[in-house]
Amino acid sequence: MELDLAFIWAAIIGLAVLLYVILDGFDLGVGILFPLGKNDRERDVMMNSVAPVWDGNETWLILGGGGLFAVFPLAYGVILSALYVPIIVMLLALIFRGVAFEYRWRTVRWKKVWDAAFFGGSLVAAICQGIALGALVQGIPVENRAYAGGWFDWLTPFSLLTGVAVATGYALLGAAVLIYKTEGALQERMRALAFRLGIATLAFMALVSVITPLLQPVYFQRWFSLPGSLWTMVVPVFMLVLTWLFFTGLRDRRELQPFLAALGFFAAGFMGIGISFYPYMVPPALTIWDAAAPEETLRFALVGTVVLLPLILAYTGYAYWVFRGKVREGEGYH
Amino acid sequence: MESWFSAEFLARAQFAFTVSFHIIFPAFSIGLASFLTVLNALWLYTRNATYLDLFEYWKKIFAVTFGMGVVSGLVMSYQFGTNWASFSDKAGPVVGPLLAYEVMSAFFLEAGFLGIMLFGRERVGEKLHMLATAIVAIGTLISAFWILAVNSWMQTPAGFTVAEDGRFLPADWWAIIFNPSFPYRLVHMVLAAFLTTAFVVGAVSALHLLRDNLDKAARRGFSMAMWMAALVTPVQIFAGDLHGLNTLEHQPVKVAAMEGHFQREGDNQPIYVFGIPDREEERLKYAVGIPYLGSLILTHTWDGQIKGLKEFPKDEWPPLGVVFWSFRIMLVIGFLMLGLGLWSLWARWRGTLYEDRLLHRAALVMGPSGFIAILAGWFTTEVGRQPWLVYGLLRTSDGLSPVDAPAVAASLTGFVIVYFFVFGAGIYYLLRMMNTPVAEARRLPPEHEAEPTPVLSPQFDPDFLPPEGGGKGRR
Ligand code: HDD
Ligand code: HEM
Ligand code: HEM
Repeated sequence: MELDLAFIWAAIIGLAVLLYVILDGFDLGVGILFPLGKNDRERDVMMNSVAPVWDGNETWLILGGGGLFAVFPLAYGVILSALYVPIIVMLLALIFRGVAFEYRWRTVRWKKVWDAAFFGGSLVAAICQGIALGALVQGIPVENRAYAGGWFDWLTPFSLLTGVAVATGYALLGAAVLIYKTEGALQERMRALAFRLGIATLAFMALVSVITPLLQPVYFQRWFSLPGSLWTMVVPVFMLVLTWLFFTGLRDRRELQPFLAALGFFAAGFMGIGISFYPYMVPPALTIWDAAAPEETLRFALVGTVVLLPLILAYTGYAYWVFRGKVREGEGYH
Repeated sequence: MESWFSAEFLARAQFAFTVSFHIIFPAFSIGLASFLTVLNALWLYTRNATYLDLFEYWKKIFAVTFGMGVVSGLVMSYQFGTNWASFSDKAGPVVGPLLAYEVMSAFFLEAGFLGIMLFGRERVGEKLHMLATAIVAIGTLISAFWILAVNSWMQTPAGFTVAEDGRFLPADWWAIIFNPSFPYRLVHMVLAAFLTTAFVVGAVSALHLLRDNLDKAARRGFSMAMWMAALVTPVQIFAGDLHGLNTLEHQPVKVAAMEGHFQREGDNQPIYVFGIPDREEERLKYAVGIPYLGSLILTHTWDGQIKGLKEFPKDEWPPLGVVFWSFRIMLVIGFLMLGLGLWSLWARWRGTLYEDRLLHRAALVMGPSGFIAILAGWFTTEVGRQPWLVYGLLRTSDGLSPVDAPAVAASLTGFVIVYFFVFGAGIYYLLRMMNTPVAEARRLPPEHEAEPTPVLSPQFDPDFLPPEGGGKGRR
């Protein structure tokens, strides 16, 4: 059997993007919730709960971009030209977020400034990512292997909706990871907050799911005709189980379960989008195979990936394990 | 000349601006990561606490530098798509996988072990911590390997075919990666990163020696840095010479622009130390040259000849002034570095390495020289590649995204403002950390690092040192 390399690559890139979303999602979420830290000590703990891992998490975004450039160069060029503004704003926001991890410890007078940069950078980056998602879902016109629209086409009520939805979801991940990473009063507040954010996130997901099939005829067909509709059944069932796990986890004061369930929300949402998109990479113009690089490129890139990706997952897992457990005040090398 | 408000000009300016900022940080962190590995190993081996103090001191500086490298690098990896979509579509199949391998073999490695290196000595034990430090250093070198393979391929493309629609199709990966200019560029760049770091470490140590020349950590740091300067600079000059010969073979028009040669000049090709290249009149104005030296350096014979600019179509000339002058800046710095290295050897031999205040002042002034040389070198390389994006095959004007000029102008403005603000603050914090002596940095909580006495301010003079020796902790 001939391997369908383009399909395998679409799956790998999808995995990279999903890992990015859930991993950096909780970092960005902690950033979004940062102002809720009552004092400097609480904020120190919040930041230190993600400080050792954020860089690794962001690297999945680089792999998403770098991987797309390598194996779907056409999609990479088209998507980034079409989403020029939200992408640039996201990059700028991530600059503020990223440097805050170090700068905040290097100054007394400007600590507030970098606290604000951490919060603002996280929030803006999250919204931009949501907008980018919405704009992609709503479709990108392509002519002669190039983006054929204007530089504000991405801005629609739908993309704004997805922007807010993603930011809310990230905040949920942030609250859930802080339940796992902290103790005492901060943890209590995060538990209460996670409950409300959970409801909000689920509501947004429902709303987006209702609108999506109406945006492009292909999505509608995929969701409401066989065999697509078989998949359509799986996602909601999955979501129901996760919802149950999430709320019972909160109720029973479990520390990890709500976080894992919240990650599951994102995985399920991602599956839903995957089902809608398939076989498109850039709906409604480019399929996975239209956008793919030549066979030789896909093969060369895959050979190393098969070895490197498991290794990356292994040592990333190790790094998480080293920094497992609660973050206590005064920890960190600073 | 094209208009200043064209999408093309703005996209080029944006790329040049963002990558110039980016390279400053990786160049420093490539060198520092290796330096930290050496310090950590020396500490474990000798149990001399000075090494541990130095390690902890430079580690914090590394963390800040690395953070800036990461966020500015993230911008770079998306810029190929936002501003150079057509280039991405055409050349992506060839260079894309190299960048993907950079992410998978280098960035994850660095990011995965960085946390352990910074926060984990107690958690994982000394041995694993040592391993993590070394892995981060290796990661930075692997990163340089791949990114320079990409860049070198754009300079001297090899191992591909061109499809009917203008896309580059990979044919031989070995030839693509180890393209003709790659080995030279890799060696020259990695040595540049090491030298740059050595000169920063040397300057910081010199600063503290000027204040207190019994400072143990400053002595150790200065000695290590000066060994690097003395030993690596000659190698770097040799590598640069070979790199130039390689360029002469593959991009003769670039070398003609670097040298300011408009025509063949018989058998005593001079080297011009000064001149103003004039594109219209096709000659080097106010030229001051040394006869024969050009032949000697470029052909390694007394009477060799090289092609002049006029022998190439004029629409393939790169911008002349930038290439000519940035090349000279690099060379001058290279020889100044050599001079300092030799001077330090002399002082070491005479036993005055820690007493020679003039040497310390010179080292202090030379602190930023590596960064300037690196930028100058890259400007020579990249501007000299113009008007091509992929040399000889894809013009820069054919690589653009279909994005309107106002969008690019707006994003360029955003980058300029944010970079100067964010990286300006970061560089200020770095200078402030460097201004604190090692011993004091260990005692003080981090945010109480010394008040900012600008490290290189002109009024700085050891005779006018502030009473507490400059590193005034706030308590
Ligand atoms: C500390 C930094 C540093 C120093 C002291 C030097 N260089 Fe350099 N040079 C670089 C850092 C650098 C660089 C930033 O690494 C470049 C840019 C691209 C590259 O491959 O290396 C470079 C490029 C570069 C090129 C351009 C190659 C091309 O465009 O294809 C040449 C010919 C030289 N160098 C030659 C020299 C010589 C003869 C030097 C001796 C005085 C020298 N460099 C010192
Ligand atoms: C890090 C050090 C680097 C510096 C300081 C640097 C500098 C520059 C400068 C000054 C330009 C503008 C040239 C002009 O338009 O006249 C440029 C353009 C460019 N460089 Fe580099 N460069 C660096 C590394 C790289 C690398 C590693 C790559 C490839 C992976 C690269 C790819 C490009 C591209 C695509 C352009 C835009 C098109 C162009 O104007 O040629 N550069 N760079
Ligand atoms: C256009 C060219 C370039 C692109 C697209 C690029 C991309 C990136 C990205 C995405 C990162 C962040 C990695 C992380 O999260 O750990 C990064 C960091 C880094 N880059 Fe670049 N880079 C470019 C040029 C260069 C050059 C010319 C060098 C050196 C020769 C270099 C060496 C490094 C290193 C060592 C790091 C690690 C972070 C640091 O040390 O500061 N890069 N780069």
